Amino acid sequence: MAERKVYGAPLSTATMRAVACLYEKDLDFEFVQVDMRAGAHKQEPFISLNPFGQVPAYQEGDATFFESRAISKSIAYKYLDKGTQLLGKSPEESAQVGVWTEVEAHQFDPPASKLLFECLFKPKFIGTPTDEAVVAENEAKLGKVLDVYEARLAKSKYLAGPDFSLADLHHLPVIHVLLKVPRVAALFTSREHVNAWVKDITSRPAWRKLVDTYNF
Amino acid sequence: MVVKLHGPGFAAGPRRVAVCLFEKEVEFELINVDLFSGEHKNPDFLQLQPFGLVPVIQDGDLTLFESRAILRYCSEKYTGQGTELHGKTIEERALVEQWLEVESHNFNAPALSLVFQLMYASKLGIPQNEEEIKSSEEKLNKVLDVYEERLSKSKYLGGDFFSLADLTHLPLIHYLVHDCGKESLVKSRQHVSLWWEDISSRPSWKKVLELK
Repeated sequence: MAERKVYGAPLSTATMRAVACLYEKDLDFEFVQVDMRAGAHKQEPFISLNPFGQVPAYQEGDATFFESRAISKSIAYKYLDKGTQLLGKSPEESAQVGVWTEVEAHQFDPPASKLLFECLFKPKFIGTPTDEAVVAENEAKLGKVLDVYEARLAKSKYLAGPDFSLADLHHLPVIHVLLKVPRVAALFTSREHVNAWVKDITSRPAWRKLVDTYNF
Repeated sequence: MVVKLHGPGFAAGPRRVAVCLFEKEVEFELINVDLFSGEHKNPDFLQLQPFGLVPVIQDGDLTLFESRAILRYCSEKYTGQGTELHGKTIEERALVEQWLEVESHNFNAPALSLVFQLMYASKLGIPQNEEEIKSSEEKLNKVLDVYEERLSKSKYLGGDFFSLADLTHLPLIHYLVHDCGKESLVKSRQHVSLWWEDISSRPSWKKVLELK
């Protein structure tokens, strides 16, 4: 039996968040595809892995975990000395990793996810028209968040400090997908330091390997 | 040096941090931020917290924001003092993290929406959105069904020990039960109810409710 298993789907940004961490840490794992279109994530056997019926779930030996950001943290912590160190290289930087992972979850992700849903998911998988009002509202919200990022990244190479960390990694899947929508991509490319940061983190070898492997 | 906690004593985020500081027996000074007059959007405050939100802490030279980041930092820094809040092994810690994420991503949004609609909308002169209330309550009920199942097998969310995963829920559940008339969300679920009785009667939480 594989020591580590990820249960999820390649089209799920949350699944790719967990996978990105495993790639940065240079860890082998088995990817078990969950057929979300058939609703497999809301039924057994998956629901025993995550009672919330959400991907991904992660198994290591006998232990099962869910929530992509908890999975990435536990991997980053357990395998501290393997692959890229993702938790900050000083006590100050580690505390900032904590801050900026929360910022990603609570400030960045809500408007970003809504844009993803309206601009990509709806037309592609549901076939209903994009709600322009929702898009405009969330572009404005995301723009304000990215203004804060711009100021931060003007003073700090990565969000938590001089080193790439989970705080940056957690953004990768959603940014990667949003860059496919020209009007949303412009929010990132029009801000000098955000643009440089996006180019930097999306060209990391581990991320490129994930994109190629999963056709993400 | 005393930790400075910026934020009003009644707000959820500052309360979340305050209860943690009490559990860890860390002395702190509460510095009020007048949300109703927009103090949190002033340039001075934005220097501390660029998103214009509370809470923020200052611990010596370190300034930190996002309440759950502050929880983790305190738990880590003051390990060995007060209550241990993140588990003793890597596996225990991973479970604490998991349920902290559950609170952030499954519980927080519908709970916050209900609290905003039922506690604050009228105070701010905004009509209540019945659709939103109904939809949030439905979501929250589904989430609490999962909590009921979890707590029937585990004394606390992260395991058999009180941790950050339980503590993080105190502020919003308190509002729902005491200020929103939504006690039934908790009381209708045997294990959630017992868990709530347990965590909300901790001395640290009682001290938070006395903060001005």
